[in-house]
Amino acid sequence: MTAPYGMVAHFERPEALIAALRRLKAEGYERLDAYSPYHVEALDALLARRSPVLPLVVFLAGAAGALCGFFLQYYGLAVAYPVNVGGRPLNSWPAFVPSTYEFTVLFAVAGALIAFLAAARLPRLYHPIFAAPEIERATADRFVLFVAADDPRFDPDRLREFLEGDGPSLVAEVPR
Amino acid sequence: MAAANDLSRVIEPRLTLTGVTAQISDIALRDRTPLWWWVTLVVALGLLGLLVVALARLFFAGIGIWGVNIPVAWGLAIANYVWWIGLAAGGTIISSLFFLTRSEWRNATNRLAETMTLFCAAAAGIMPIIHLGRWWYSYWLFPYPNVMGTWPQFRSPLHWDFVALFCYVIGSIVFWYMGMLPDVATLRDRAQSRAGQVFYGILALGWQGSTRQWRSFRTAYLLMAALMAPLIISVHSIVGLDFAGGLTPGWHSTQLPPYFVFGAVLSSFGLFLVLLVPLRTLYRLEDVITERHLDVLAKLTLTCSLLIAYAYALEAFMPFYSGKPEDVTVALNQIFGTHAGIYWSKIVLNVAVPQLLWIPALRRNRTVLVLIGAGIVVGMWIERYLIVVGSLDRAFLPSVWQEFVPTFWDWATLAGSVGILLLGLLLFLRLLPIATIFELRQLIEERRKAADE
Repeated sequence: MTAPYGMVAHFERPEALIAALRRLKAEGYERLDAYSPYHVEALDALLARRSPVLPLVVFLAGAAGALCGFFLQYYGLAVAYPVNVGGRPLNSWPAFVPSTYEFTVLFAVAGALIAFLAAARLPRLYHPIFAAPEIERATADRFVLFVAADDPRFDPDRLREFLEGDGPSLVAEVPR
Repeated sequence: MAAANDLSRVIEPRLTLTGVTAQISDIALRDRTPLWWWVTLVVALGLLGLLVVALARLFFAGIGIWGVNIPVAWGLAIANYVWWIGLAAGGTIISSLFFLTRSEWRNATNRLAETMTLFCAAAAGIMPIIHLGRWWYSYWLFPYPNVMGTWPQFRSPLHWDFVALFCYVIGSIVFWYMGMLPDVATLRDRAQSRAGQVFYGILALGWQGSTRQWRSFRTAYLLMAALMAPLIISVHSIVGLDFAGGLTPGWHSTQLPPYFVFGAVLSSFGLFLVLLVPLRTLYRLEDVITERHLDVLAKLTLTCSLLIAYAYALEAFMPFYSGKPEDVTVALNQIFGTHAGIYWSKIVLNVAVPQLLWIPALRRNRTVLVLIGAGIVVGMWIERYLIVVGSLDRAFLPSVWQEFVPTFWDWATLAGSVGILLLGLLLFLRLLPIATIFELRQLIEERRKAADE
């Protein structure tokens, strides 16, 4: 049998998962992750680094939308196809504001979607974690702790014994 | 009975994570397709068929088959457009605005409301195009480099409207789909048939629910909500500017942008009551859509009705305050003249009848809610009709005054467009998770933790 991908422990309650995670971290485990059926905010501090990149991407996308949207209107009506309306300035910027705003939002929403997909590593239809036993319950009613096999402290037998202490409903190896 | 009618509950305490997951996902995955679904499908396909025939006739013969004339060049198509885009407003309001205010009652209802938005916007989108007459030139609205060397008139409110609608539809689809991703993953994991696993598997994009994914999901969704909430206000303000930008008596008013926003939100809450109350019973969703949801929606409807009442009062007052004879003519013709019948039915349906919702017992009466909601949907169509037709048929020169009489094809287009909403909703109900399951789970867990402490 080849080396496993890692080990999962299922918990009925998020509090138990968090307690197990804390103990593993205290032991020095590093390659940890958790799969939950909803966003458990307490897990963020333990597992996911706070990253300002996503909001920044959305802001930059919105700024790009504002610039592109305004330039499109300015170029179209003041440079490429100037139409004199009652002697008013060709760069009639107040009339360009509503569409510029709409373009800003469109670009920002598209930026948010793309930044989210990139940050979440999606789309990726198959992921090794899908081989874990009963992992489908992580999108329903189980809170699943995962320890990757490439963790320097990974030792299946010791880890299994260690995890049993937190009262999981299932501890299993994830085949590679 | 006090417990069953407890308005403080947004979710029934007996629900569990397992139970709510199974209940909502089984509607799409396991439950037998109910008989009413098939019956409604036949109705929807019938209406859609009528729309296809009406459009084919229109494309073959031209807009002469409608009742439009000069001066009433904007007939039912534009009234329908404004009506449909207004009906679309509520989904975005419920899902983005009430997400930002952290209203817990939003979670069970926002998916349905957003779906309503999508298909109402689709029905709205076809109206200005078919109204063009030479609809095959509609792509000229897009700013693309062309050999004619022309560009669209970006300064026109009508073009702002095109840009706003385009951005709004794209934004709504993205917001709807992204918000559904974790729930589609639930369906993927619970699907038993191979076809279901492949279908939901591809739609879910491989969502795993890892902490990293949840965190970026939350941030992105919050930002999208913050972007969509003001967008919906801008969309309806711009629809109002379509009219306010013209000099026509009755249109040339600075109050039109907020007036249209109020009307849009009122009409979509009305439509949402018509859809939500029966679906709640048909799918036995009483545990997740509680009395509190209906009570809140009824109060919101009442609030919007008061806002629109203010707009109507101002609309009636301003012509006489300004004293412009053309504006007075239009106002008198609407209130006491040829349009008096529909003017007063608009007041009754949109302002008078919703005042019944002040009475708590009626806010809990589901039949009353559906009837008031349906009344508002009809009343708002009348309002849109009156804005378009009631001003144009009394334009500046009395010599051009002409009545507008809708033809069979006008009505067929309106009825047929309802088929778009019905068919879209039916497919959604059959195939996708109709409530936001992952947020319901969070709600259940928060209640449990509070009970534990």
